[in-house]
Amino acid sequence: MKLSTEILILGGGATGLGAAWDAALRGFKTVLLEKGDLAHGTSGRYHGLLHSGGRYVLRDPQSARECAAENALLRRLMPSCIEDTGGLFVTAPADPADYADQFFAACKTCAVPVIETSPAEALQREPLLNPKITRAFRVEDASCDSFDALHLLARAVRAANGEVMLRHRVTQIIRSGNRIVGVTGENLVTGESFTIYADIVLNCAGAWAGRIAAMAGCEVKVTPGKGLMIAMNSRLVNTVINRCKPPSDGDIIVPVGTVSVIGTTDTAVPNPDKYAIEDWEVELLMAEGEQIIPSFRQHRALRAWAGVRPLYEDTKKEEQKDSRLMSRAHALLDHESRDGVAGMLSMVGGKFTTFRRMAQLLVDTACAKLGAERKCLTKDTLIDSPDAKLHTVSKRLASLESNKWHVASSTAQPPSHQIICECELVTRAQIESHLRESGSPILNDLRRDLRLGMGPCQAGFCAYRAVGIIHETLQLAPPISNSQLLQFLQERWKGERPVMWGHSLRSLEFDLHIYRNLLGVDTLPVEREIEVYPTEQTS
Amino acid sequence: MPAHSLPSLSTQITSDLCIKCNICASACPVAAAADRFPGPKAVGPQAQRFRHPRLPSPDKSLDYCSGCGVCSLVCPHGVQIAEMNAIARAEIFKRDGLPLRNWALGRSELLGKVGSLFWPLSNVPFKIKPLRVVIEKVMGIDARARFPDFSRGTFRAWFKRSAAAKRTMGARKVAYFHGCASNYYEPRIAQAAIEVFERNQIKVALPEQNCCGLPMQSNGDFESARVYARNNIRKLARWVREGYDIVGASTSCTLAIKHEYHAVLGIDDPALELVATNTYDIFEYLAMLDDEGLLNTRFVKRAETVVYHAPCQQRTHGFGRPAADFMRRFGFAVIESKADCCGVAGTYGLKKEKYDIAVAVGQPLFQQIADENPNRVVCDSETCRWWIEAHTGKKAVHPIEVMAEAYRGRRQ
Repeated sequence: MKLSTEILILGGGATGLGAAWDAALRGFKTVLLEKGDLAHGTSGRYHGLLHSGGRYVLRDPQSARECAAENALLRRLMPSCIEDTGGLFVTAPADPADYADQFFAACKTCAVPVIETSPAEALQREPLLNPKITRAFRVEDASCDSFDALHLLARAVRAANGEVMLRHRVTQIIRSGNRIVGVTGENLVTGESFTIYADIVLNCAGAWAGRIAAMAGCEVKVTPGKGLMIAMNSRLVNTVINRCKPPSDGDIIVPVGTVSVIGTTDTAVPNPDKYAIEDWEVELLMAEGEQIIPSFRQHRALRAWAGVRPLYEDTKKEEQKDSRLMSRAHALLDHESRDGVAGMLSMVGGKFTTFRRMAQLLVDTACAKLGAERKCLTKDTLIDSPDAKLHTVSKRLASLESNKWHVASSTAQPPSHQIICECELVTRAQIESHLRESGSPILNDLRRDLRLGMGPCQAGFCAYRAVGIIHETLQLAPPISNSQLLQFLQERWKGERPVMWGHSLRSLEFDLHIYRNLLGVDTLPVEREIEVYPTEQTS
Repeated sequence: MPAHSLPSLSTQITSDLCIKCNICASACPVAAAADRFPGPKAVGPQAQRFRHPRLPSPDKSLDYCSGCGVCSLVCPHGVQIAEMNAIARAEIFKRDGLPLRNWALGRSELLGKVGSLFWPLSNVPFKIKPLRVVIEKVMGIDARARFPDFSRGTFRAWFKRSAAAKRTMGARKVAYFHGCASNYYEPRIAQAAIEVFERNQIKVALPEQNCCGLPMQSNGDFESARVYARNNIRKLARWVREGYDIVGASTSCTLAIKHEYHAVLGIDDPALELVATNTYDIFEYLAMLDDEGLLNTRFVKRAETVVYHAPCQQRTHGFGRPAADFMRRFGFAVIESKADCCGVAGTYGLKKEKYDIAVAVGQPLFQQIADENPNRVVCDSETCRWWIEAHTGKKAVHPIEVMAEAYRGRRQ
């Protein structure tokens, strides 16, 4: 396959999709390549916090201002993936007492909306909170389902005539003299190779941006900063809880979807594709969780995972060993002025909350490079449909209840409102509709799209049902369906391993019995696995 | 020494313990009888993940849960499913407003007071078919559902005149919780209980008390239920502090005090802990005395075959079925009910849209009773007895009546 475009974007995370949306809205012929699925990298592995800015008011006021502004804007542009949880900054007994006043003053300076509230009111709102908190502040934090957000963005890109190509891996960058003119690569599903020529290439590969830059012969040092998160089985809080202290490990709990996520840690790792989840990290998050919620350890931990932050290290300034001290702010690299290689810009660093702003800066610069003055439209273009409302956790239950899901079907056909994933209330109709759109046999894609298998049983009950529907709908050979099932189960179980105690262990044992002893999955005939780019391998 | 304790985990958080095993779903008698009810797992721990404490409830099908509690009983992991459902159901009525029917069915105490005031006229309206049809149309109380008769005179009035009230000394001291049914409809049961206490030289006091609040709770009126609960806690705590044990023969009333005030109504109060840990169902209490060798066991043996149905609320207490064991010691052939639930579940089966479901749930029990054809059915719970009588034509009695007979040596 060969094609040419004006703007070629590498990376299907928040930064890349934001850039593709922005570029397509400006009327550029736009193509985006992603080696995995949407949100396959860091965007799909973050805790889901849409920052109020409060976290950065003292250390990084610029980021704080940007977060506050973007937070307000995104609530309007893409409400259906944002839940207005509100946020609290609370001073726990272990936190420095003088931070609260500095924090409050800095919020005012940075235009981050904040209201001091009483610890009693905070406790009434969130009964599981530590009763020993001494100060509490309300901020405009929200939680954001990044899978939904990125799907909306991809749809918006396509609606603006841009192209989003998934499972297309770049293997080589084509240069003509000192100018980059395109890329070649491989379609990971079909095995075909492709060549795409472009007027300009935007490298939005996040933690993988250094590798893309290296293919172009440029050195960009992006340190992958591993951040561990643990999803607790239920919403222990319905408000984002932040510790009121200098940003550190395990100081945020975010209610997102049906779970609550505690995060994070921050450790520099050499390889964004290969890192382990260490026991001490899990223990650290559990201990910090107890500072916020004293009963934290009594509750069920569902799974642990890590994401890799793309932390840009300016090669001129070395010796920044603590990756948390590296800037969370983004950096836009013009390789023409920096490395003498024209035709490529890299956007590294940054955070999910400010993706739209980063995209604007990036495409503004691309416009200048292309000599095409075109105004950014993303501030005033809805990503969602006009009647979309802010997300609430009750949404799926409400929709099932209104569909009379409890009335039995009179025909032999399984009803379309049949529940396939019981934990996340995913219906047969949703799965069939996804399959018609994506044609992908990969269960993990269903998970990212519909949250299939993300609840308490971690696919114990839905994987065998869903694979049956995939098998039927896509008319696959049995060994292919079997491979898909096994691969999905392995990935689910991998995330459970680090928190395998108590209630989770009991649940996992039960699931293992279903698949190994009852269904005998170990003896199924399997085919060569369809390659899915691994983003994480735990030891 | 308290025989039991209050649960420490908050009810809703027990959804964390669910591993989706479906044991509750296969045991639920309502799910088996009604397509409209997706089962305890679905409306319980599963739906719980989608409920937000500060947003309106999205639930509908949850209202078909009868609250029998079989799910909580069979759950091997400690999920308090029925309790969770009761709490979530109250949110439906917070959203939609409490229907007149639920308001009325919750008010057994008020109904009892009015009914005894106007006895025997008060027994007439429930038997006038056309009126019942109107009530069904207006309120949704099924015209086929049979209501019990108000008694002539209350139990409290009887007790004041009884010999037991004059006893000053006793081996033990019991503050008796009679509940609405014994006071206004079936004083004979509380009278039998007093007779059994007398046979054991137990001093009985009759504390001031309200309806336990369970009818209000199960009809979704938590605010009113909490008022009654707090009244009862206050009134009963005084007696516990003076060394009395709280004992009742209505298994659902005692269960409300022991368990539901805390687990469902969310009352967290040291006085409740004191009262709850010192409250006993009457057969739990008698079995304890028996274990300690303190029970008068001079029973007159007599052969009779009965079907014994341990009601759902009795099972939830978790002390086995001592009533069945006692009856065997009286010389009875006791056939234990194979059904988990008779169907009525308090006031559930009286509701128009649920009447047929409740009958279907009770069918295996009715069939067993028809097959065994005993003279009497024995059951600890009042609403179950009335429901069983209505659907089998057999007389249903409380096991404490049978025990009083065994001391006496003859049937009354």
